[in-house]
Amino acid sequence: MKISSSVFASFCLMIEISGIALFLRGFFPAPIKSSFSSKTKLSDLPAEPLTGNNPNSSTILVPLFHRVVIVLIDALREDFVFGAKGRQYMPYTQHLVEWGSSHSFVAKARAPTVTMPRIKALTTGSIPGFIDVVMNLNSPVLLEDNLLWQAKAIGKRIIFYGDDTWIRLFPKHFMEYDGTTSFFVSDYTEVDNNVTRHLDSTLKRDDWDILILHYLGLDHIGHLSGPHSSLIGPKLLEMDDILRKIHSSLTSQETEGSLPNLLVLCGDHGMSETGSHGGSSDPEINTPLVLISSAFKRKVGMDNPGTVEQVDVLPTLALGLGLPISQNNVGCLISPVFEHTSLRDQLRFMHLNSFQLICLLKDSTPNFQKEEGYEQFHFAEKSHGNWIKLYLEGNTSEVLSNLGRKVLRQYVDALKALSSALSKQLGKYDMYSMIVGMVLVLQVLMALLLAMPEALSRGAEVEIPLTSSLLSLPFYMLWLLCCSIHVLVCTSAGSSCYLCNLSWIPALAAITTFSAMLCVLLSMAGRKLASGAKTGTKNVNGSGFSELDVLLLIGTLGNVISLGSSSFIEEEHQTWYFMINTLCLVIFQDVCCKYFRERRNSSDDDSYLASKQDLPSLLSPISEQGIGSHKWLALSTPLLTLACCRLLRSLNQTGVQWMHLPDLSHWLNRWEHKAELSLLSAASLLLIFFFVQKCCSLVSKIALALGLLGVYSYRAAVGNVLFPWQLGSRDISKGTVEARFVYIFILGILFTGSKDLLRSQVITADSRLKSRGLWEVYSGIVLLCALLFRPHNLPVLACSLLIQTTMAQYIWKELQYDAAQTTIMHYWFGQAFFYFQGNSNNIATVDISAGFVGLESYLAIPAIFLTAFSTYSGPLLWACHLVCYLSSAQDSWNPASVGHGCYCFALLRSIPTVVYIILVTALRYHLFIWSVFSPKLLYEAMHTLVTTVVCIFFTAMDQNHIGQS
Amino acid sequence: MRDLEFNIKGMVSAHAIIASSIFIATLMPHFFAEKYSVIGTHLVWLYSVSGSVAVVNITIFWLLGISPPPKKHTLSYKVSKVVRSCLHFIASCLFFHVVLVLYGATLLESALETFSLAVLLSSFTTLRCLCVLGPNVQAWIRVFSREGAMSIWDTSLQITTACTVIGTWVGAFPIPLDWDRPWQVWPISCSLGATFGFLTGLIIAPGWIYWHRKQLTYKCK
Ligand SMILES: [Zn+2]
Ligand SMILES: [Zn+2]
Repeated sequence: MKISSSVFASFCLMIEISGIALFLRGFFPAPIKSSFSSKTKLSDLPAEPLTGNNPNSSTILVPLFHRVVIVLIDALREDFVFGAKGRQYMPYTQHLVEWGSSHSFVAKARAPTVTMPRIKALTTGSIPGFIDVVMNLNSPVLLEDNLLWQAKAIGKRIIFYGDDTWIRLFPKHFMEYDGTTSFFVSDYTEVDNNVTRHLDSTLKRDDWDILILHYLGLDHIGHLSGPHSSLIGPKLLEMDDILRKIHSSLTSQETEGSLPNLLVLCGDHGMSETGSHGGSSDPEINTPLVLISSAFKRKVGMDNPGTVEQVDVLPTLALGLGLPISQNNVGCLISPVFEHTSLRDQLRFMHLNSFQLICLLKDSTPNFQKEEGYEQFHFAEKSHGNWIKLYLEGNTSEVLSNLGRKVLRQYVDALKALSSALSKQLGKYDMYSMIVGMVLVLQVLMALLLAMPEALSRGAEVEIPLTSSLLSLPFYMLWLLCCSIHVLVCTSAGSSCYLCNLSWIPALAAITTFSAMLCVLLSMAGRKLASGAKTGTKNVNGSGFSELDVLLLIGTLGNVISLGSSSFIEEEHQTWYFMINTLCLVIFQDVCCKYFRERRNSSDDDSYLASKQDLPSLLSPISEQGIGSHKWLALSTPLLTLACCRLLRSLNQTGVQWMHLPDLSHWLNRWEHKAELSLLSAASLLLIFFFVQKCCSLVSKIALALGLLGVYSYRAAVGNVLFPWQLGSRDISKGTVEARFVYIFILGILFTGSKDLLRSQVITADSRLKSRGLWEVYSGIVLLCALLFRPHNLPVLACSLLIQTTMAQYIWKELQYDAAQTTIMHYWFGQAFFYFQGNSNNIATVDISAGFVGLESYLAIPAIFLTAFSTYSGPLLWACHLVCYLSSAQDSWNPASVGHGCYCFALLRSIPTVVYIILVTALRYHLFIWSVFSPKLLYEAMHTLVTTVVCIFFTAMDQNHIGQS
Repeated sequence: MRDLEFNIKGMVSAHAIIASSIFIATLMPHFFAEKYSVIGTHLVWLYSVSGSVAVVNITIFWLLGISPPPKKHTLSYKVSKVVRSCLHFIASCLFFHVVLVLYGATLLESALETFSLAVLLSSFTTLRCLCVLGPNVQAWIRVFSREGAMSIWDTSLQITTACTVIGTWVGAFPIPLDWDRPWQVWPISCSLGATFGFLTGLIIAPGWIYWHRKQLTYKCK
């Protein structure tokens, strides 16, 4: 079966995508959960351990606190309370921490430090898996056993004010609630006023037991202007005032004989030095935890706060409220909080916590008896029983309390061991799915590599021996072998594998695809070997490589190798900037060679006059002066590109190490530089119009101009830029009308473009019509980018168009780079522009605000599409430009260029993806697997998906061509 | 052929002298400056190396008489040649500085470090060109375009220049690593890379010419 290289490439990418999906399914396991679908009940609680028989052992759990107020301040960093900022701006809290009856700790949040997983961690005590980040966009109802469910089950009345993530997670748990949306990051006063306005009336009432307040303003300030902004101070003062209000109200309500109240101040995650969060740097994971209650002993001065895990909050709160600990909790209670209770109660709490952990351990580990904590627990439980026996016998001596303290220490050790054993479980992977996925993508890569000579030949067609291998004996043998392996693995591994849980039809289909691929691959390799033996070493010629080829090869391979190092992944943008700089210099050298050597040759000739006469005849229509200006333009193009890249590089600092350095985007986004930002974005929009309009039809030109105007007025409506005639402040709206206005023009342009494309394919075989249609589709995509980009990023778009135009005009065509070289350059530029835009290999830099452009409320599918589009717009724009460029080349000089381009594009994407998947599998116990390698894996998978879409577009364009000829 | 081998021997000794001058320049400041180390007081090392390489290069090429024969023997011509050479050298320093900034060196903060590296690179590459070819841009373009070498010295220039540039290029790679080593500070790894590249170039140039002596057919001027 002979298929064209573009079809072959898209086919390969589609199989690769399914392989990656399978790998991801195995790599991101569902977080450990106990298999009981029901929730823990009070009646299930174990009794106090006891040796001998005594009816006095208690099974009930008494609450320690009457009312609990939880003040959760989003992105509250540890030093905002305990550090210099806290001393300055939170005097009341600081005083409570130092002298009041309180306990303060630094609670360590786990990566990903994003709000929803952190709320889950606080309320369920489990450590949510990485995949929860992806779900952060549309949080579904929390079905796991959690604190709020337990509280509601025993009739506690809960009131909630704050971030509406809680309301989505716990839809029916609150007696009263008012959610504020974290939709508009630029608003940091209204979100908090919405919470505080209920406070006075609620504190006066006495019909509630738990009050949860989640303040978002600080987080929004962080995203806007970072942790050192001047807005932070007033916000912290406001929070301090709120704490004072709540604390005084709680203490005034306490009466003799009633239980004390508890006030909890905590943060869900911290804030990095740039004000974002999501990663695992120290300022992001260290959050303060302050528990204030009259039950605690008054402190006599500041001691450094101890360190606890964020999940430890759950068992502490649950036991303090007299609730059973949630099943999936992996935290251990914070013992200083219970210091004021009797020794018997303390032991009881420890026992309950460790019993719950043991249950979870039994449920999630097959050989739990071997765990260290298991034995320690049984030992502690036994001595606990002995202690109770002595206690009930009325023994009150010093010996008893010493013994009790010893048991307590044993429990603490057991808890620590159990907790760490359970946390380690999180790194358990579904190896079977991972290996199958990995082998699948490896096969794809092999197929791509084996087909290289054929795919890059003049015909651009690949021979796939599909029928012959499907009808051969080895295929059936392989099929049987794979089936038996599958059965073997599944019977031995139990139900933990994703593949084994599939029903048998998809499983058989997967096995068939797998073995067919293997068979095709084998026969391709066999044919290659045979032909290689026939032709011998004909193809080996080392001198065929130019400096450019060497650079392209070294760059591609070097980038792939660098993926093995976590710091190179964090700083991958540096690699790409470095590469395209070198690329530009090499191109410059090529251009110099071309023009200066020509001149040298002509001056080497015997008579300068003769050459002067020759030249016009050689390069027919261009006049001598034309050549001169053309030469200088060609010479200046790489330099212009270099200058653009240097400017863009200082626009957005990204990565980790130099993230804190000042960059232009921060400067532009400051309030006092709004005029400069407006000017810059207007100029960029003009430039964009200038570069895009040249190949469009008149209608599209007008639509484009109106669309770009719409983009500007959208930004003005949202409040990012100023209208020149409206310098005064105006109401900030969502700008829905303006954005939808632009969407209409985008759809119009895309429609005209695809209409032209269809006409060129079906009715007339007009290549001009086709290239116009392609360009119109491209300009529609550019307009969408312009709408979604933040205003300070518009220069990125303008520069990319500038580079594309000049490069296409003076470099790629003039120097006759072939399709493969052009494709690699496009790919590199696409990568560099991905980072110029401010992206990095860290989830925190994804600009979610792009997903809300023109939407009234959150809609999952458009939001995800728009966010992905704006994130990958750099690679996408360059890929689309490649299609336009290659299909114009296809019509003029190289009939196979689109096929070649598509194949190269697929190969360029497959090599890093496949190598990275193997690397990640090898490094799966690396320290940075969750903070560095996993986000990169998600980025790679998403990038491959985008590439697949582009390749299918390529194939469609190539089909046009095949249809014509 | 015998002539070529003689020339190669000359080149080996010349290169050996230049290489040893780098080592001496690395060691000498120990006796004059206190608390001197290559990494700690990097700029001292850098200027000492580039100065000594410059002096040694000029002396050697002057003694060997490889420089293009002057067209006129007047003093004013010689002076203008020297002045033009100096201008070329300064221009090349600025050129390297601009390239380094384009590669991402900070514009203002570490301008001195960047410029020092540019000086080092110029003295490894441009200065040798000036010595061998004179301040003649046409000749430079000829030498650095493909198959433009006309003597073994041209080939040696090509090789050492390429090695220096590649060495600097490779030297930039460890900078993003988060090892926090003292040699990762800008521009230490790059200047060390340049020096090692230059030394490698000095070593392999005669060897390469000797190895390819059959293929090398230099056009006579
Ligand atoms: Zn948050
Ligand atoms: Zn946030």
